[in-house]
Amino acid sequence: MGRSINKGKRSMNFKHKYMFLLPGLLVLLAILVFPIGFTVRLSLSSWDSFYPSLDFIGFENYIRLFTDDSRFWEAFGRLSLLSLTTVFLQYIIGFSLALLVWKEIRFQRLFRVLFLIPMMTTPVIMTVVWLTVFHESLGPVNDFFSLFGMQPLWLSSEILSKFTVILVEVWQWTPFMFLLLLAGLLSLPKEPYLAASIDGAGPVRTFIYVTFPLMAPISIGAIIIRLIEASKIMDTVYVLTSGGPGTSTETSSFYIFIKGLREFQFGYSAALSITYLIIMIISFTVIAKILVKLMVRGE
Amino acid sequence: MKITSSVSLLAIGAVLLAGTAQADKWSDQFPHIKNSGDIPGQCSYESMSKKDYSGQKLTINTHAVPVIGEPTALHAEQFSALTGAEVNVIHTPAGDLYSKAMIPFQSGQAPYDIVFGFSNFLRDWKQYLQPIPAKYVNMKQMQDVTQGHIDVNSWGGEMIQFPIDGDRHYLKYRKDVIDNPEYQAKYKAETGNELRIPQTWKEYAEMAEFFNGWDWDNDGELEYGSAEVMKKDDLMYAAFFSRSVAYSKNPRVKGGFFFDLETMEPLINGPGFVAALTDWVEATKYVPPGGMNFGLGDEINSFGGGQTLFSYSWDDAFVAAMQDDSPIKNKVGAAPLPGSDRVWNRLSGAWEDTYNQAPYIVWGWTAAVAKESKNHDMAFDYLCFFANDANHQADIAIGRFGVNPFRKSDFLPEIYVKNQGWDPEIAQQYSETLLEMEEGSTNLVFPLRVPGVFQFNSAVATGTAKALAGQLSPQEALDEVAVEWKKIVKRIGADTVREAYAIGVALEDSE
Repeated sequence: MGRSINKGKRSMNFKHKYMFLLPGLLVLLAILVFPIGFTVRLSLSSWDSFYPSLDFIGFENYIRLFTDDSRFWEAFGRLSLLSLTTVFLQYIIGFSLALLVWKEIRFQRLFRVLFLIPMMTTPVIMTVVWLTVFHESLGPVNDFFSLFGMQPLWLSSEILSKFTVILVEVWQWTPFMFLLLLAGLLSLPKEPYLAASIDGAGPVRTFIYVTFPLMAPISIGAIIIRLIEASKIMDTVYVLTSGGPGTSTETSSFYIFIKGLREFQFGYSAALSITYLIIMIISFTVIAKILVKLMVRGE
Repeated sequence: MKITSSVSLLAIGAVLLAGTAQADKWSDQFPHIKNSGDIPGQCSYESMSKKDYSGQKLTINTHAVPVIGEPTALHAEQFSALTGAEVNVIHTPAGDLYSKAMIPFQSGQAPYDIVFGFSNFLRDWKQYLQPIPAKYVNMKQMQDVTQGHIDVNSWGGEMIQFPIDGDRHYLKYRKDVIDNPEYQAKYKAETGNELRIPQTWKEYAEMAEFFNGWDWDNDGELEYGSAEVMKKDDLMYAAFFSRSVAYSKNPRVKGGFFFDLETMEPLINGPGFVAALTDWVEATKYVPPGGMNFGLGDEINSFGGGQTLFSYSWDDAFVAAMQDDSPIKNKVGAAPLPGSDRVWNRLSGAWEDTYNQAPYIVWGWTAAVAKESKNHDMAFDYLCFFANDANHQADIAIGRFGVNPFRKSDFLPEIYVKNQGWDPEIAQQYSETLLEMEEGSTNLVFPLRVPGVFQFNSAVATGTAKALAGQLSPQEALDEVAVEWKKIVKRIGADTVREAYAIGVALEDSE
């Protein structure tokens, strides 16, 4: 009898637990599972501006992507170049700035706030400002260069346009890296530094053998977070170059945007998005493992 | 200009100018129409004030401020004051106008009673739009609209979009340079050719190169040959078609400019288009630094700011150049798009060595009422009010509004002299150029209006951008576009595309 009462109580508790979890689960279902599920379903349809319906065409969109769309893969290559370069530069600069204001220096708080300003501005608006700055016939940068008889094509040269996109991205998002790494530095234990000091290690050796290894987990986290963000690079490209000249700054996300919201090929752009998502999950898993090997285990 | 046209225009003008009277009670209340006062009509201020839409709400999706967005908001405010309606105006960037309306259209919702967009959206949007009721189609205000713009806003003889703007691409040039005897002599001495309004794209290129990279207006700054819309995806394909029509639109060959209507084979990689793209690649040498990244706004600012000798596209650059605050006001001229000394004949498969010119009646702004809207009467009244005679006269005088001539009465030079202080000779030339394109030419090209139009145009933008950037040769680039077009036709269905394209071809071939 007592056993069955306990069992009944446990079952009630069990139900109550689920009742309490249900709202959260429903929200999760609505904001995460449903959109992904719907995108997968959409990717198996031919929905476009002319046939707005969820018909079923099997893997036709995926076959088209893998056999007949070199532009997507070229865009993906460009994205890899841009995102890896920008995140690498952001890490180097962000770490340097964090180290600079980590120790007690004059105007430390002012510098900390100043370094964060780019991140606090609206990306699209700042890109418009950069567009004006780098405008090849009206912008101040070329006004300066013209003093030396030069007129660099910041936005219409195949190579320089990539450089400009990288520069704007680095300017905008280095503060994010700075913020994470500074927080990491401030949370480091004091003891290893005392030990290094007793051993007579100089600042460089202390950085190489103490700071950098201790910061490795935080660095990996920061790099991965920034890589995820950088792989979605869109507004900078959209405003600065529209993917041009030619296709030289066209990235995967910009290409998916064109196919989906410019050409209205919803079904196909959904297939692009799902493929892109899968590639990204695999890539970031591999990158994270490599970084752990390099930075934590020192292999 | 045809004599009959001139007489009828003068008559219309006399009527209009007689009506453009003095300040009245409406212009006191609405200073926007202070020059003309209210002009009697079905949708005048007086007529609208008799309507009562109190307690009703109208939602409009329009372009960002100022182009079209500003007049939409202004007329919404006026409409609200006159009728008591609550009008909610939503501003959207140009690139998103299509999708922002299309998504609710396709899902059967009606968040917007009125949608603004480009006239070439028509084929994709038409099944979601309410045709214009007969009482508006037959009203006096509509009868003043040119046939070309009635056609642009109609599908299969039924008017679906409300004409609010008129667009065509034409040549703008620096009159103070081309007409300058000193420069004419210098040009003749150095090139052996006459300096005149360029008759062909070759002449355009020669003059643009000659006047590229030196200070020919003595303002202390370098000037350049030409400002063009070359930025990828930023309306650049329209600029390419403007350059292509002279080489590819053969008046003796019927049955399609973009496709062979019979076979639905793309003509985009034919020798005419390749010649135009070859010219365009050359043009990168005589545009201002960074000109390859110029969108429409840059082109307007560049030519309108006095930086280049030539430009061609919509009216905006010309209107900007002729505004009071422009350093080159009354120093610019308008002319038809340059032609070519040869034109491709796809039937004979050979070039014809004869002069050819073709106007490109490019798409422009338009507006329509959603079929699912519950406020059809109020929505049509708003559009009719937007384009009433008094508002229209005031709107075309403000460059940033983006409202350009599309009515027969708009081609009266006196309007521009009186309202905008234009030099009479320039106003005459401007009016004649525009009217000649509408009524004079028998070799018009209309924009592509087929299902999936954005896919076709996007392919052209990508291909031509690759050629301009030197990634591909003009032939390779257009071959790539043709392959892409074939795939799009196959996906949508050749018969479906043909059925839609035939309507545009019929307009071109009936000229």
